[in-house]
Amino acid sequence: MVYQSFLIKYAEIGTKGKNRYLFEDALIKQIKHALKKVEGSFIASKESGRIYVEALSDYDYDEVIEALQHVFGIAWICPMVQIEEKDYENLKKVVVDYVDQVYPDKNFTFKVDSRRADKNYPVRSEQMNCDLGEVILNAFPETKVNVHTPDVLLHVEVRKLVNIYSLMIPGPGGMPVGTNGKAMLLLSGGIDSPVAGYMIAKRGVKIDAVYFHAPPYTSDRAKQKVVDLAKLVSRYSGPIPLHIVNFTDIQLYIYEKCPHEELTIIMRRYMMKIAEAIAAKTDSLALITGESIGQVASQTVQSLAATNEVCTMPVFRPLIGFDKQEIIDISEKIGTFETSIQPFEDCCTIFVAKHPVTKPNIKIIHKSEENLAEKIDEMVATAIETAEVVWCE
Amino acid sequence: MEAYFDNSATTRVLDSVMDIVVKTMTVDYGNAAAKHRKGMEAEQYIREARAEIAKTLKAADKEILFTSGGSESNNMALIGTALANQRAGKHIISTAIEHPSVYNPLAYLEELGFEVTFLPVDHDGHISLQQLEEAVRPDTILVSVMYVNNEVGAVEPVEEISRIVKKKNPKTLLHVDAIQAYGKYVIRPKKQGIDLLSVSGHKIHGPKGIGFLYIANGVKIKPLIYGGGQQAGLRSGTENVPGAAGLGVAAREMYTNHEEKVRHLIGLKDYMTDRMGEIEGTVVNSKKGTDSAPQIVSVSFEGVRSEVLLHALEDRGIYVSSGSACSSHHPGISGTLKGIGVAQKLLDSTIRFSFGLFNTKEEIDYCIDVLKELVPVLRRYQRG
Repeated sequence: MVYQSFLIKYAEIGTKGKNRYLFEDALIKQIKHALKKVEGSFIASKESGRIYVEALSDYDYDEVIEALQHVFGIAWICPMVQIEEKDYENLKKVVVDYVDQVYPDKNFTFKVDSRRADKNYPVRSEQMNCDLGEVILNAFPETKVNVHTPDVLLHVEVRKLVNIYSLMIPGPGGMPVGTNGKAMLLLSGGIDSPVAGYMIAKRGVKIDAVYFHAPPYTSDRAKQKVVDLAKLVSRYSGPIPLHIVNFTDIQLYIYEKCPHEELTIIMRRYMMKIAEAIAAKTDSLALITGESIGQVASQTVQSLAATNEVCTMPVFRPLIGFDKQEIIDISEKIGTFETSIQPFEDCCTIFVAKHPVTKPNIKIIHKSEENLAEKIDEMVATAIETAEVVWCE
Repeated sequence: MEAYFDNSATTRVLDSVMDIVVKTMTVDYGNAAAKHRKGMEAEQYIREARAEIAKTLKAADKEILFTSGGSESNNMALIGTALANQRAGKHIISTAIEHPSVYNPLAYLEELGFEVTFLPVDHDGHISLQQLEEAVRPDTILVSVMYVNNEVGAVEPVEEISRIVKKKNPKTLLHVDAIQAYGKYVIRPKKQGIDLLSVSGHKIHGPKGIGFLYIANGVKIKPLIYGGGQQAGLRSGTENVPGAAGLGVAAREMYTNHEEKVRHLIGLKDYMTDRMGEIEGTVVNSKKGTDSAPQIVSVSFEGVRSEVLLHALEDRGIYVSSGSACSSHHPGISGTLKGIGVAQKLLDSTIRFSFGLFNTKEEIDYCIDVLKELVPVLRRYQRG
């Protein structure tokens, strides 16, 4: 079957009252962006409260569906057959032909749902439901009508053209990216942080990311892995500017001046500070981390409180109540898992103590950080200034 | 300054190799199997390369089979002979320090029902000849040993191995993985009793994607790749004319003024080994002079993680490998280093420097200066 066009059904943005047009425009923008990478030319447009994607050339069906399934805000994708010839007899023929091709196995129940937006059309919709149901039943005697819970709900809409559709392919849900401000994702190269970025982007938030690089303790391959992950997330979130911070000097300084059991906590506090500073500079309004309670020593409630203390921006932790397996399931679904498990060291593990503190006492941490007073502010400022930006899309 | 000390991973090609590769890609680009003149001209390059290579081994031209490189040569030697000789027996002998391209085909043969005995090595990386003799049985069809170990440069006594094996069972074939040895040693398969010998092009300043397997006349072997019947049906697939031509030139160059070239490499190795003494807390695992391979220096740096040192050196333009580059993507610890008894705490602290024709003493001086600066700093910061 050749579908000339797709009807895009959206979920939550339908409920946004007077702001609705903003959400629809953002969705169209994201759809256009997603289709840029697909071969063929398309128009995405809004028409009386609905969004259509129309193909102007030949295209690969699977490629288009896959691209649309990466656009947040889309609840359903309905491939449509469109006919210009509105003649009623011709319409009947096309409907029979449609059913024949789309449903090779005719053992199903159906209902025809006709709408007549073009009120000049000579046949009323109730009449169309009866007539079209009849031609289908005559053509395929195995089919049955079921008006309450049909297997197939066949939509026939008479507008400028006549639209015929029945398939509903699930989209990713959520809200169009760009409708909810921007936030800064702390991206480590592990399994969790890309998933966290995906989940926040799903709520319509634009994503920037920051990665802490510690050469020679972390390699260029580890950095490339993070770039690859950002690119994978960007298939959903749109382009991600990745800020790469050189963290080596700060890390070594903490190593020299502070007790080793507190190294990870103090290091993470400085990561949050730096991330927040870069976020403020680049118009992000919040931070995003992949933390989940109790997963490692630095993610106990006490540790989370200790790292949270250094920021004033809200910190989104969408995975906070998730089990590891639940996180892995999402990372497999969004295609980041295989990249995440490549065995390159990240900067959180290189100096990890045998027995890091799991219940840091905030007063003791403050005391330890006093040992850093001499140089740390300058080092943090340098790290922020020298951060390199890699555009990931 | 740049110092490329990872020549056992791969080498820069010689200019003469580059020239012939370009020529066979742009001018004489015919298919060597084509019937027309352009095909015959391409075939001529293959013939010449085969003849050049055969000459370096004092072998017959038809005993040289071009492959896609060292791994294919090893696979072909092991799987090809095992399948062709299984009616004579299903027992194979190898060693504990082989490259994965030997080890993994052997694991595959075990799945097919072959039995493999792996001989341990002593602190010098040598197998025990007595244990070898005891291991050879009437149903032993193949013995596979490495000529030069790729991690520490240990050299196996190939000729003696052959004598012992053939005395106990004259029918047993001897395969030698000479990927780190060809070009560095004068190899005479017939005289040394070698039946199969694997060689890779890019370890001797030749192109990647080409290598050869020497197969002594009369050895029964089955192909791995079936198709159009090129190379007497032993290795189908359109012949890699630029690769073969480049390999021929590299082989010729390596064995021209050969002694001088080997002296150059040994000079570099001994110089670096001596100067390593200036850095505290180092243990050199390779040997000086002719007691180990001319191109490899293996050094353990106490209290420094090899991967961190590798990246710190890369930042100064010095390229080395930690363990063996081929297996560096697997965080597992080197089997060879364990095999030769390197102390547990040094296993993760070992760097391989490997030299090629383009290296100089000045590069070593530079490298030693950099090490003197980096090692003490890296030692200060160790994992919890």
